[in-house]
Amino acid sequence: MKRTVPLAIAAVTGFVLIVSYFIPYMQSWGEEAMIWFDILAAVAFVLGGGNLLKTHLQKISNRRAGWGFSIVTISAFLITLYIGFSKMGVNPAENFPEFSWSGDYLAESGGFGWIFHHIYLPLAATMFSLLAFYIASAAFRAFRAKNTEAMILLGTAFIVLFGRTHAGIYVSQPVVDWLTAISGAEAGSLAGLRLDRITSTITSIFIVAGNRAITIGIALGIVSLSLKVLLGVDRSYLGSEE
Amino acid sequence: MSDIMPTDSAHDPPSDISPTDAGSDSGFDFRNLDRRWIFLAMGLSIAIPMLMGVVFPEHPSQEVLDVFATVEGLEDGSSVLMAYDYDPASKGELEPMAAAFVRHCAQKKHKLYFITLWPAAVPMLQKNIAILNREYPEYTYGEDYVNLGFRPGSEGVIKVVVTDLKKLYANDVDGTDLNELPLTANLKNIQSMDLIINVSAGTPGAKEWVQYAATPFDIKMVAGVTGVGYTPLVPYVPNQLAGILGAIKAAAEYEEAVLLEYPELRENPATQEGLRKMGPQLVAHMLVIGLIIGGNVIFFTDRRRGV
Repeated sequence: MKRTVPLAIAAVTGFVLIVSYFIPYMQSWGEEAMIWFDILAAVAFVLGGGNLLKTHLQKISNRRAGWGFSIVTISAFLITLYIGFSKMGVNPAENFPEFSWSGDYLAESGGFGWIFHHIYLPLAATMFSLLAFYIASAAFRAFRAKNTEAMILLGTAFIVLFGRTHAGIYVSQPVVDWLTAISGAEAGSLAGLRLDRITSTITSIFIVAGNRAITIGIALGIVSLSLKVLLGVDRSYLGSEE
Repeated sequence: MSDIMPTDSAHDPPSDISPTDAGSDSGFDFRNLDRRWIFLAMGLSIAIPMLMGVVFPEHPSQEVLDVFATVEGLEDGSSVLMAYDYDPASKGELEPMAAAFVRHCAQKKHKLYFITLWPAAVPMLQKNIAILNREYPEYTYGEDYVNLGFRPGSEGVIKVVVTDLKKLYANDVDGTDLNELPLTANLKNIQSMDLIINVSAGTPGAKEWVQYAATPFDIKMVAGVTGVGYTPLVPYVPNQLAGILGAIKAAAEYEEAVLLEYPELRENPATQEGLRKMGPQLVAHMLVIGLIIGGNVIFFTDRRRGV
C-alpha cells in the first residue's frame, strides 16, 4: 500500500498530462494536475526545512566531522525563519494599513530584507566569485597540451578567451589588415578571421552541432525514463523498500 | 576546535611553502608556485581595472543585434513578460543585461509583467523595478508594470500561467488582487504577451520557458544567460528563441546597442555597468592565458629534461 498508492498517483497524473497535451477537451485536467503539483511543491519547502533540521541535528548529536558548521547552519536557519515569519521590522502595506502584517516580508526596512541584502547576497556572490580564483589556479596546474585532443581544446580556449574581450579585436585586426594587404583581397572580406568572429563561428556552428546531438540524446533518454516511471518499471524515485 | 572543523588538505597550501619562500634554494621555482600568488594576481587583475574604471569599446555582434532588434521591433506599448530567474550568486554576470532589458523596454514604453520561478530572485525583481521608479517616473504601477513575484513549482508554474494565470496568481507581490489592477484585470494568460524576456542562471530558466511557453504557444522569446548556460541554449536560436545573450560580454554589447539607439542614456553611468565589467574580464582572461602558457612551458621543459 505504501508503494502502490504513490505509484498509482504518479502513473495517473503522468498519463493525464500526456493525454491533456494531445486532446484539447482534456486540457483542463492537465491544468488541474499542475495546480496540485504546484501546491505540493510549496509543501516540499516545509519537508526540505524538516530534512535540513534532521540531518544537521543528527550530525551534531553524533559529533561527526564538521558538526560545528551544523550548529551555524541550524542557528542561521532558525533565526532567518523567525525573522521572516514574524515580518520583524516590516511596515504595513500601503493598501492595507490596518493590517500590521500586510507588508512585504522582503521590504528593505524589515529584518528579513536586511538579512537578504546584507548577508545572503554578498555571501552568495562571494562563493560564486571564488570560481575565478580556482580557475586561475587550475589554468596553471592542470591545462596541459599532453596530446592532440588537449591541444585542440587549448587552442579553442585561447580563441574564445581572446574573442570574448576587446583583446580579440586588438590582437587580430592588424593581422587581418596585413593579410588583406598582401593578398589584395577586398577590404573587409577577411574580417571573418578576426578572433571575435572566429569565436562566433565556434559558437554558432561547432557548439550547435555538438549540443543538438546531446539534446536529442537526452530527450530520447527522458522519454524512455518517463515511460518506465509511468508504467511502474522504474520505482527508484520512491526510495528504498525499508 | 580541531574535531569540529573538517580538514581539507586539498585546499591548504603545502605547509613547507609560503608566498615568501616558495621555491628551491637556487631561486624562485615556478613548479611549486604557491597558489596564493595566483589568487593574488587574479584579485589584482580584477580589482585594478575595476577601480580605475577601464572601459574598452564594444561593437554589438550579430547575435546581440538580433536580440536588440526583437525588442526594438515591437510596437511601442507592447506587452512583455520579464521572467527573471537568477539569484545573488549570478547577480554580477546577469544584472547588467537584466537592467539593460528593463531600460530598453522602458524606452519603448512597453507594458512589463515581472515574474520569477526562483525564490531568491524576488529582490532581483525589486532591484530592476527600482530602475523604473528612479529613471522612468512616468511608469505607473498597475498600469504600466506589475510585479507578480514568485510561486513555487518551477516549470509547473509556467504550464499553469500559460493557460490560466489567475489560477496561480490571484494577487501581485504586495497582495493586491490582480483584478483591481488595470494592467492585469483582463489578463487571462501569458499567451497574450508579445514577447518573453528571460534572464536565467539555470534551472528552471530559459530552457523551461522555451519548452513549456514559447514553443508550444508560439510566443516570441529572447533570453540572457550565464556563460555556462549559453551553449546548451544556442541550438534553440533562431526558431525557438529569437536571440540569446551569453554572459557579461553580450550584456556589454547589448548596452552599447541600446546606447547607440538612445544616446541620451549615456549620461547615466548605470547604463554602462556591463561595459565597465569588460575591463576586469579582459585582464583576467589575459592572466588565465598567461598562466596556461606558463604551466605548459614548465611542462614541456620538464618533459624534455626527463623530469
